[in-house]
Amino acid sequence: MTDIYTVITDFNLVPLIPEIFMALFAMGLLIVGVSQGNRSTSVICWASVAGLAITALLIMGLDWQHKIILNGMFVFDEFAGFMKLLVLLGLMASLALSVRYLAQEGIERFEYPVLVVMSGVGMMMMLSANNMLTLYVGLELQSLALYVLAAFHRNAVRSAEAGLKYFVLGALSSGMLLFGISLLYGFTGSIDFGAIGASLLAADSISFGPIFALVFIVAGLAFKISAVPFHMWTPDVYQGAPESVTALFAIVPKVAAMGLLMRLLFEPFAAMADQWGQIIYFLSLASMLVGAFGGIAQLSIKRLIAYSSIGNMGYALIGIVAGTPQGAGAVIVYLLIYMIMTAGVFAVILSMRRNGAAVEWIGDLAGLSKSNPVMAYAMAILLFSMAGIPPMAGFFGKILVFQAAVAEGYYVLSVLGVVSSVVAAYYYLRVIKVMFFDEAADPFDGRTPFARRAVLLISTAFVLAFILKPSLIVESAQSAALSLFFG
Amino acid sequence: MELVAVFTPFIAFLVVGLFGRSIGDRGAQFITCAGVILAALASVVLFDEVILKHQAYTTLLAPWVVAGNFSVNWALRIDQLSVVMMCVINIVSACVHVYSIGYMSHDPAKRRFMAYLSLFTFAMLMLVSADNLLQLFFGWEGVGLASYLLIGFWNHKPSANAAAIKAFVVNRVGDFGLALGTMGVFLLFGTIGFDAIFEQAPTYKDAYFTILGHDFHALTVICLLLFMGAVGKSAQLGLHTWLPDAMEGPTPVSALIHAATMVTAGVFLVARFSPVFEYAPTALMVVTVFGGLTAFVAATIGMTQFDIKRVIAYSTMSQLGYMFFALGVSAYGAAMFHLVTHAFFKALLFLGAGSVIHAMSDEQDMRNMGGIFKKIPTTYALMWIGSLALAGIPPFAGYFSKDIVLEAAWADHSWFGNMAFWLGIAAAFMTAFYTWRMLLMTFHGTPRASKKVMDHVHESPPVMLVPLAVLALGAVFAGWGLHSGFVGSAHHGGVEEHGVEAVHHEMSEDHASGERGVGGHDTGDQSVTKQIAQNIEVIEHGIKAAENQIIVEAEEASYEVEAWAKENFWQKALYVLPENDTVEQAHSAPFWVKKLPLLMGVLGIALAYIAYMLLPALPGAVTRVFRPIHTLLFNKWFFDELYDALFVKPLLDMGTIFAEKGDRGTVDRFGPDGGAALSQKIARGLSRFQSGYVYQYAFTMMIALIGIVSWFVFRNGQGF
Repeated sequence: MTDIYTVITDFNLVPLIPEIFMALFAMGLLIVGVSQGNRSTSVICWASVAGLAITALLIMGLDWQHKIILNGMFVFDEFAGFMKLLVLLGLMASLALSVRYLAQEGIERFEYPVLVVMSGVGMMMMLSANNMLTLYVGLELQSLALYVLAAFHRNAVRSAEAGLKYFVLGALSSGMLLFGISLLYGFTGSIDFGAIGASLLAADSISFGPIFALVFIVAGLAFKISAVPFHMWTPDVYQGAPESVTALFAIVPKVAAMGLLMRLLFEPFAAMADQWGQIIYFLSLASMLVGAFGGIAQLSIKRLIAYSSIGNMGYALIGIVAGTPQGAGAVIVYLLIYMIMTAGVFAVILSMRRNGAAVEWIGDLAGLSKSNPVMAYAMAILLFSMAGIPPMAGFFGKILVFQAAVAEGYYVLSVLGVVSSVVAAYYYLRVIKVMFFDEAADPFDGRTPFARRAVLLISTAFVLAFILKPSLIVESAQSAALSLFFG
Repeated sequence: MELVAVFTPFIAFLVVGLFGRSIGDRGAQFITCAGVILAALASVVLFDEVILKHQAYTTLLAPWVVAGNFSVNWALRIDQLSVVMMCVINIVSACVHVYSIGYMSHDPAKRRFMAYLSLFTFAMLMLVSADNLLQLFFGWEGVGLASYLLIGFWNHKPSANAAAIKAFVVNRVGDFGLALGTMGVFLLFGTIGFDAIFEQAPTYKDAYFTILGHDFHALTVICLLLFMGAVGKSAQLGLHTWLPDAMEGPTPVSALIHAATMVTAGVFLVARFSPVFEYAPTALMVVTVFGGLTAFVAATIGMTQFDIKRVIAYSTMSQLGYMFFALGVSAYGAAMFHLVTHAFFKALLFLGAGSVIHAMSDEQDMRNMGGIFKKIPTTYALMWIGSLALAGIPPFAGYFSKDIVLEAAWADHSWFGNMAFWLGIAAAFMTAFYTWRMLLMTFHGTPRASKKVMDHVHESPPVMLVPLAVLALGAVFAGWGLHSGFVGSAHHGGVEEHGVEAVHHEMSEDHASGERGVGGHDTGDQSVTKQIAQNIEVIEHGIKAAENQIIVEAEEASYEVEAWAKENFWQKALYVLPENDTVEQAHSAPFWVKKLPLLMGVLGIALAYIAYMLLPALPGAVTRVFRPIHTLLFNKWFFDELYDALFVKPLLDMGTIFAEKGDRGTVDRFGPDGGAALSQKIARGLSRFQSGYVYQYAFTMMIALIGIVSWFVFRNGQGF
């Protein structure tokens, strides 16, 4: 199609093997589920975890050199590989957290793990998209699965409402995205990333057409990462969806959407860095501030996490604003740390059950330090980390993005970022205060299942141990980020 | 050995402090007592090694701070001075530890108490064994901390907390001086290690600091700053107000910290810095004046107080004054001598008072005591020994040390030396007076306590009495046992002459006063008379025994006069310029100078006996006649009121203004509180915006989209 890239004309499907495996695996599980019925749900869940693990191994076995296949539709490079591993890790964690929860809530249906894996396939495609078509198909595959999952507790009004809201607004955002893509096609005459990038580079000055297209495309993706002002769905959906789905929402799709956004901005839109820099600057600042202030008034821990995730996306966007490999690397590290912390926090939230029903108010955590000290201390460590208090990992995530921004002279953004993280510290600390100092409420039900304890302890250990050898992760993230810039 | 002597109390503190819960009260008491007793034995061994065998040395433990040309080590300087201090600290501390088992038997927090005592002992040992000013400062602050913790040990009493804070804050003033002095030393000498300072001191005797365009003699400035630290820690006039209040702590604490050891840290500091003070005559003058005035003022206050512990506290302050003017006239050995003897008899008096308080169901006011000597005879006898030693009656320890201190002051022949001598003589009279006032009010006369309390009066258990007896041994023998070593002269045969003659003289004096007492006692209480007569007999026996021993000792001493003379005893630990050697000259003081203190002591005892036994109306009448003076003394010369008006109240007012107008009114209102309120408002606004309606969400998205597009249109201003 284009001769700028050395198109690999032979029909090379090797870099696609993980996605192909995953899709076939999901369909296989579907068949098993249909034949075995809902009894097999937990088996299918664990099988999915195993399948995701195999996929991860497959990715690690691939050659991570930059290559483009299928006539430019699909790209695989270090960045894609690294982000895919992150996504798979997040999917495994959220599935492991879900198994017992589904049984407890009585929504043990075998479609659940299949849908999760399917959305995973969509995310993998997003991360490897090198063409607007791949991008859109991957995005929609992911989104459709998630719409269904949000409404998975279909007998509960709030879950259905959440699913519907998410779907309607998601459709709107898809509309924006598509409109943007079509505008872009109109002005550059291509939907291939390489061709778009070349065309924009060749233009003497950027006209309004591509800018409009950029605004619409970014708006569509901003919805996925719940950046302000496209965040309105987040608190409602987080609160309404079943907890295990909320965990999934909070952990995984954002990583994929952020990865997609980065590829889009750094590769085809590289020539428009001035323009998208302004948009992302605004999104980042607004997200940080709304995330910080909005969380203060919340009483539900799920809504609290919603605002926390809005704010955290704001911090991650700072790294993109910087626009340097250093910034992109910082974003990757930030996402990784955020994902692990959030998984740990959800291990606690999923355990908030009293008298057989899930409870979600922050006040319900009162006295956790007495009834379950291990969990309380682990949660406290994770929340300290989220608040960005050294020596926990969250501090390093923040400092890396701020460093990248300061290196590029974005002082105002960095200062406001620090200020908002101080404000946000309030609601993290409030939860800790409730756990340790408030009059004890009744203890939560029963023993924590093994998977939850494992997730909680691994994430806590990671948060604490990060300081020992930060270079381990930071350096590989930097090298992954470099592949975006110098292909 | 020095490691054992210094670190066993610390180990005991750590064990009891950390694992107290699991080892229990008994275990805690055993570990701390064992630790300190072990340390005491080790320090006795050190005494033999270092002082008798003349082997001073320094043990390097670890480097501490190394920054540029500033380097400090953790090290133990084991020389004569520090070993003497270590012996005193460890022996008295061991007695107090054991005593506390009995005294604190009703207290629920025994473990904490024992741990604090051990911590204090360790800090004090670090202080005296320091080899540089920083380590000394570490110990200095450590004892301050332990003192604070122990004064406020009964933290349910507001008065105890107030006293603890007062002690800490007042000491801060002195510590500030010490810190400045340390910096001054570094500025001048370029090091804060003792050896280097002392070596270089003579070469800097003409150095000057230029401060604000004026030249100040460098060594004088440094010495005065160090002395400021000593004034705070040793409760000299000006920074003394915390010491009487510190009596809020448990009595063993008062005995250990506020009588025997911590308050003498200032004396130790000046003695340690004798090689520097010797080249700063002005500083020595200031020290003498402070010491003399303190000895006098504290004694005057002591005569009017009614709280038994406060009387002893003022007496401590007064005796510290003696030590300081001895330092001021370069009689460092005499000061150290008085320090050692005082440690024994004052700890004895305090613990004895504790025993009385214990017996009287925690009553401390002497106006509510009286007539209990028959019920607690052992305590009574031991208190007598302590009192005799304090009043300076031979052959008890205080006699030897107080005499040499006063003689040295006289031998200085300077105006301030003379002033200190006469103030000291007056104080000696008052000391004897208030000591016997205390004894008589506490033990004699008609019982003034309620019947319930009187029925409950009981002798203390052996665990309290044995430490008292050990201290009593010290109070009896420390004087003539150590006399020749601490202040004896290799050139004069002063030892024998002084000791024996004094005993003879004293014997007749005391006998006379005793007879006077018996003869003039037709109307008084028969048993009291008999008791006193018996006491006098005991004293006479003691005197005879002591006389024989002194003769024997003197004979021995003539063989080994070399080893036991002060030059050999102290070696290089104390440094006196030859022309300043007042101790040497004191041995050839005229007869009246040598006898005056004793005469004053006896007169003081006699006056007390007249006023409180023979003519009970006398004190009241004197009080009425000299009301203004009595008011002044009874209110402690109004130091507390003066400080309140001068410092405390203005500072509090200033603090209140800053707190209300500055902090709450401005900073809080517009800072944290305002910020928090604003955040809440924003948060509420945001959640109101989050209505839950899909159409509103969609509308927001569209508006945002249009907003961003418009931004580019207007801001970037490019046409289509």
